[in-house]
Amino acid sequence: MVSPAHFITLSVILFVIGAVGVLVRRNAIVIFMCVELMLNAANLAFVTFARMHNALDGQVIAFFVMVVAAAEVVVGLAILTSIFRARRSSSVDDANLMKY
Amino acid sequence: MTGTHSLILAGSAAETTRLLAYWVLAIASVGAAIGLVLARKAVHCALMLAVVMLSLAVFYGMEGAPFLAFVQVIVYTGAVLMLFLFVLMIVGISAADSIIETIRGQRMWAALSGIAMLVLLSLVVGHAVIGPTTKSSPKFGDSNVSALANLIFTKYLYPFEITSALLITAAVGAMVLAHRERIRPKATQRDLMTARVAGGRPAPLPGPGTYARHNGVHMPALLPDGSQSELSVSEVISGVQSGRGDAPALPPGSSTSAEGDE
Amino acid sequence: MTGSAHAARVPELAAIPSLHATGIQDAAWLLLALPLAGAVILLLGGKRANRWGHLVGVAMPVLAFAYAVAAYVQMLGYPAAQRSRFLIMFQWINVGRFQIPLGLQLDQLSICFVLLITGVGSLIHIFAVGYMSNDPERRRFFGYMNLFLAAMLLLVLANNYLGLYAGWEGVGLASYLLIGFWQYKPAAAVAAKKAFIANRVGDVGLSLAIMLMFQQFGSVTFTGVFGSVHSASHGVVLAIGLLLLLGACGKSAQVPLQSWLLDAMEGPTPVSALIHAATMVTAGVYLIVRSAPIFDLSAGARIAVAIVGAVTLMFGAIIGCAKDDIKKVLAGSTMSQIGYMMLAAGLGPAGYVFAIAHLLAHGFFKAGMFLGAGSVKHEMDDEVDMRRFGGLARVMPITAVTFGLGYLAIIGVPPLSGFFTKDPIIDAAFAKGGTSGALLGTAALIGAGVTAFYMTRLMFMTFAGERRWDDKVHPHEAPPVMTGPMIVLAIGSVCAGGFLILSNRLLNFLGPVTGVPPTSHGIWTPAGIAALGLVVVGIGIAWLLFGRREVPVVAPAGSPVTVAARKDLYGDAVNESLLMRPGQWLTRLSVYFDNRGVDGLVNTVAATFGGSSGRLRRVQSGFVRSYALSMLVGAVLLVGAFLLVRL
Repeated sequence: MVSPAHFITLSVILFVIGAVGVLVRRNAIVIFMCVELMLNAANLAFVTFARMHNALDGQVIAFFVMVVAAAEVVVGLAILTSIFRARRSSSVDDANLMKY
Repeated sequence: MTGTHSLILAGSAAETTRLLAYWVLAIASVGAAIGLVLARKAVHCALMLAVVMLSLAVFYGMEGAPFLAFVQVIVYTGAVLMLFLFVLMIVGISAADSIIETIRGQRMWAALSGIAMLVLLSLVVGHAVIGPTTKSSPKFGDSNVSALANLIFTKYLYPFEITSALLITAAVGAMVLAHRERIRPKATQRDLMTARVAGGRPAPLPGPGTYARHNGVHMPALLPDGSQSELSVSEVISGVQSGRGDAPALPPGSSTSAEGDE
Repeated sequence: MTGSAHAARVPELAAIPSLHATGIQDAAWLLLALPLAGAVILLLGGKRANRWGHLVGVAMPVLAFAYAVAAYVQMLGYPAAQRSRFLIMFQWINVGRFQIPLGLQLDQLSICFVLLITGVGSLIHIFAVGYMSNDPERRRFFGYMNLFLAAMLLLVLANNYLGLYAGWEGVGLASYLLIGFWQYKPAAAVAAKKAFIANRVGDVGLSLAIMLMFQQFGSVTFTGVFGSVHSASHGVVLAIGLLLLLGACGKSAQVPLQSWLLDAMEGPTPVSALIHAATMVTAGVYLIVRSAPIFDLSAGARIAVAIVGAVTLMFGAIIGCAKDDIKKVLAGSTMSQIGYMMLAAGLGPAGYVFAIAHLLAHGFFKAGMFLGAGSVKHEMDDEVDMRRFGGLARVMPITAVTFGLGYLAIIGVPPLSGFFTKDPIIDAAFAKGGTSGALLGTAALIGAGVTAFYMTRLMFMTFAGERRWDDKVHPHEAPPVMTGPMIVLAIGSVCAGGFLILSNRLLNFLGPVTGVPPTSHGIWTPAGIAALGLVVVGIGIAWLLFGRREVPVVAPAGSPVTVAARKDLYGDAVNESLLMRPGQWLTRLSVYFDNRGVDGLVNTVAATFGGSSGRLRRVQSGFVRSYALSMLVGAVLLVGAFLLVRL
């Protein structure tokens, strides 16, 4: 029987993998994808909790998360594109002008 | 969890299906996630992400959220991921991450914090009250959409409206950011021709080479003396001009190299 | 021994009511106002006043003297018990319990001093007109001299210790300004500073005494203090007496604060004559005599005064024997003679009157001798080394005669002043009895002999013998404006002593204020005859050494005593090692502590912040992934904290 614990565990694992991915990848787009992974893991948790509490609020929240994630991706990729046009590089390490 | 085993033997087929589906898709999604983190080419990462998203969609379906499952496939995988791929194309798919880490201690600390996060969250999960799932009520399964709509348009109306404003703002913002203002007048055909004649090459550029096994636009043409013509491959593809990516690969099947597959 | 005098005297003092001044004496503030106005006019007048400045400068003391004579005549008209008058000018300090009116007290003691200050002061001012005629700053000089007169008159006329202190400080200031009058001379500037600082040390004593008086008696007026002093404990009275003695030592150049007087000779000679011979240096004696009721109650303070006087008289005499600078010999002589006065003042009522008598007579003959030295210096192109003088009596007869009369007076040849005023001091010392009396008297006797020796040496080296000056200088007699005052002072040198002592004139006059000596001695006493004998011996030795033999132009090496005397008996060396070097080390230590300690602390705090900020800012590497890492670590910590709380 698949209990919510399964899903929560899976969500945690996916979230951690996404977090580590943000830290170790240098390509900006791949970092974005890892962020999406984290958001998806959170969505999974929300839906699981909705099922657990027998209320639909979790699903609504997951829905809104999706919407916001979409908007965020749009703007983020637009920024990335304009940076790329100016600097010809998509590595986040190259955007280090705010250092000491 | 010990009860799981007895239930497998005595459980219903639906339960078994669910269990099987879960385990297969869980392993697949974790594997895909790890692959996302470790893949070198960005396109591979995008594909791994697609696997994760699709398996998550199945999970949503299993958990009594069919609407969300479809939204996940259509919006998330279908639109957002495609957007990723488009931008990848613009930015350049041949740019591969080097494996060498430039920041000292980053990998170690990332691994450590990841493990710490995993442990802590597992403890949280372990201590959270995870009661048995309530049986799926008919309210759940049948009128999931109308129940969701009910919630969205009554209890969560304000967030809904604000989120719609957010979407509009995001669209406008993306347009503004990606917009390129024309600062010079558009070159007319006359200007182009004048430039072409003055530039020393009035004739069109040579086309790409066509070979027995390869006729993509990335294949360079051969000059009469057997050398490649750099002019025959667009610089967007070869990446020579901007200096990104590797040097143009010697086309297989040229007179100086042996055949090999692409 | 002074008990009977004490018992006989206190009721007298208590019985003297202080009456308000009337008639001419009511305008006693003129005595202060005239010289002060002169100082203001001359100092603020600037260069415009250069042509007539000296006339104003001379007119003020002369007018003040005329007024003083009138006030004196009026005082003589009063019966003896009613001669002490006071007048209040204004309320000076009005702070709660501390009420000080600025009042003047005209009694017998103060009128003596006023007559001396204004009289001798006027003569010296007239002399200075001629002496400073070549100096372009003459107007400023007279301004300072008038300032000095105003302050000195305030000192002797004030009816409370705080007014006296104001005058005390004023004369210290005037002395500083006048010693350093020729500021461009480094030696003069240093000497002025030295005088001021030595005076300041003494002033600490006087100010502490005043504070103690206020704390104990609640008042600092003479009547207030003297009225309540017998209710104070012995320790307090002794303390006040010793502190007053410290103040007197500073002002009168007594040991241990004597080092400034010889250096003060850097100032113009009229300054040396007026301030450092006749008036300012006698202020210490005035203080002690005025505070007689305090000293009468403390035998310890009295003996301290007497010992200081005795030590100083020997000190000054020994120094005077070895100096070649004519003014420095006279300065040493001043130190010694004031030692006599202090010795007399330390003997209680037995000696107060003789101290004042000697003071008045000393004012005449010492001022006269200083003016004579000034006349010699003026004619010899500002040369003061006696080894370059010799035989000046032939070219400067008036100077030689007036100087000679002063010389005879100071060594105590009858019938000139010194004989009449010095011998009673020696007699009173011996009459004190006991070992202390014998020692003090012996010291005074030997001092008389040594005085005769060095003064005769001075006379022989300066006026007698062969000329040792070269042809560049052309000495001749001084102009009348300079010789006139010298003649008047010479007359005073001859007559003053006899006038004061014979028929007990001064004794009867001052008795109501200071008390009378219990025993009277007469003119020819055994001690007096012994003193005369020692004087003859001193003259004889000096004649042998300096009259008969050729005086070498270059000073010979001399015995150890001579060497020590030339170095002021190591007074400067003692001051330096006891005070200056520790002070310098203290300053250096403070500066070091301030630089390293205080500044170091502040700088360390600043450096800590700067350094740590320099280190901390490296956290901002600019790499987004480092920031992401710190965010993740933060999130981990938050989750952990959450768990801890919830578990």
